[in-house]
Amino acid sequence: MTEVARAAVRADDAAKRRYLESTGPRRFARFWGEFIHRRPLGTAGAILIVIMLITAALADRIAPYDPTEFRFSDLLQGPSLQHLLGTDPFGRDVFTRIVYGSRTALLVGFTASFVGCTLGLVFGVVGAYLGGRVDQLIQRLMDVLLSFPLIVIAIAVVAALGTGEGKIGNVIAAITVPIIPRVARVVRSSALSVVRMPYIEATRAVGSGAVRIMFRHVAPNVFAPYLIMLTAFLGQAILLEASLSFLGLGVFEPTPSWGLMLRGAGMQFLEQAPWLAIAPGVAISLAVFGFNLFGDSLRDALDPRLRTA
Amino acid sequence: MRRYIVGRLLLMIPTLIGVAILTFVIMRAVPGDIVGLKYAGSPVPQSVIDQERHQLGLDKPMWEQFTDWMGEIARFDLGTSLWTGHSVVEEIQIRLPLSIELAIIATLLAIVIAIPLGVVAAVRQDTWMDYAIRLFSIGGLAMPSFWIGLLMVLATITFFGWAPPLVFTAITEDPIANLSQMILPALSVGYRYSAVSMRMTRSTVLEVLREDYVRTARAKGVRESLVVTRHALRNALLPVITVISLEFAFLIGGLVVTEQVFNLNGIGKLLVDAVAHRDYTLVQALVLLLASVFVLINFVVDMVYVVLDPRIRYS
Repeated sequence: MTEVARAAVRADDAAKRRYLESTGPRRFARFWGEFIHRRPLGTAGAILIVIMLITAALADRIAPYDPTEFRFSDLLQGPSLQHLLGTDPFGRDVFTRIVYGSRTALLVGFTASFVGCTLGLVFGVVGAYLGGRVDQLIQRLMDVLLSFPLIVIAIAVVAALGTGEGKIGNVIAAITVPIIPRVARVVRSSALSVVRMPYIEATRAVGSGAVRIMFRHVAPNVFAPYLIMLTAFLGQAILLEASLSFLGLGVFEPTPSWGLMLRGAGMQFLEQAPWLAIAPGVAISLAVFGFNLFGDSLRDALDPRLRTA
Repeated sequence: MRRYIVGRLLLMIPTLIGVAILTFVIMRAVPGDIVGLKYAGSPVPQSVIDQERHQLGLDKPMWEQFTDWMGEIARFDLGTSLWTGHSVVEEIQIRLPLSIELAIIATLLAIVIAIPLGVVAAVRQDTWMDYAIRLFSIGGLAMPSFWIGLLMVLATITFFGWAPPLVFTAITEDPIANLSQMILPALSVGYRYSAVSMRMTRSTVLEVLREDYVRTARAKGVRESLVVTRHALRNALLPVITVISLEFAFLIGGLVVTEQVFNLNGIGKLLVDAVAHRDYTLVQALVLLLASVFVLINFVVDMVYVVLDPRIRYS
């Protein structure tokens, strides 16, 4: 082999190696390695999220008591070794209810954020790709949803679906609705530039249908803003669940929920038993704090130009 | 430009009609109506209930109820509350000043806190001051404002032996009593609000500080304080104004939880009660009012853009 040919083969090997390193699991590992190294605040957020996930998964192992059992011998006890965070007016252990509350918060947060962001993605991509009347119609629909007070949707959904133990679907529905238009707007503006790319025209020339182009070619290219909003709205959804439960329009007794814990007893016994008002609020704040820190750093890492307030 | 303004104003109409239809449908879809709720559990003969439904026009077909309502709206007649029998305008008039005052105080607080801190964080990027300010603002986003309110009430009770009064004093009656009543709710809302605006200020100022004209200003010897205030901040303000005004639009009707904590009788509480009573006329009027405020503020923001940034011209 001549010197030139050997050099060509070497260059080709190097290119292949670079290609392999830039895709798949290795690229994934490198991204997170760099993330942990360069973004301490984001890593702190990730740690908070992991702790919360573990707490939710192992709630029945971690919590010392039954979250719904009334113990009339231990009403409104202050924090002690037996009850780390005290007990509520029904004698239920506050620490136990906080641990179980993480399940509610995560379930509502993940579902509402995922469904809301995904529907927003669909509306955004469809509007941007089809344009014209369809786009106009979708945009007006999103405007309507955006200017509609969330609280009315929440009360209506709760009234229509009924209340009771385990009825978590109504809170999730009420929180999902306001997420959709906000995501759709951002996705639409990113998708508008993707739609004009030559490769989209090429796929159309090859004969792909509209649906295939939208979801195989446009949607994957607006995945970064989608992912960023997914984490951002996770924190928001947890906060909204707390607010709605606090108003009595979210999760219902006896399901453990942080917002619900603040509602009745937290307000009523504010002077007598301040731990009832402090502990659940700290739990909400830490959870949202974790998701916000992580989401912020993820945004910086994925796309420094993108801003969402 | 004029064509754009007219176009934007016209686009508000379909949006508001959409809101009206959605409100109408949602309220009718929710089980139960006001007459049923009023006589729930009491032994009233069906004929009385039917007669009352007839009086309120609830026995008419849906489309007729809707067209009746649209006709009234077109004549600027908001009707009377089905629950209290007072006119809807009157019901709103009693609560609106409180909600607007709270929103204004919270906005002022947010601006006073957010803009200086946001600028400092940007100018001192990656120093301990930046980190402290960012933590403060991320904390504001994470803590539910009603919980901050609860803690404030708890603190004033334990340390000062003072609890929020149960009766609301209007600012026209006694400004000092009024402000002492409004300051805690305004602070608890304003903290979160300022956190949102502070983050926006920081990131836009950071962006602008990297612009060529800032380097030019520094190179020709302009004092750093002037560079930051005149050259950077002025150009960074647009997105900040957007965030602040959209939040303001939300605050008018969105303070239900805070109103609950501080026992205030504002628009948010009125809306929740109205939905709970299935007071169709009041809910419809309130939702339309809040949506109009939102849409109008959106429009005003876009117009303010043109005034502040001569490069923006809509066509």
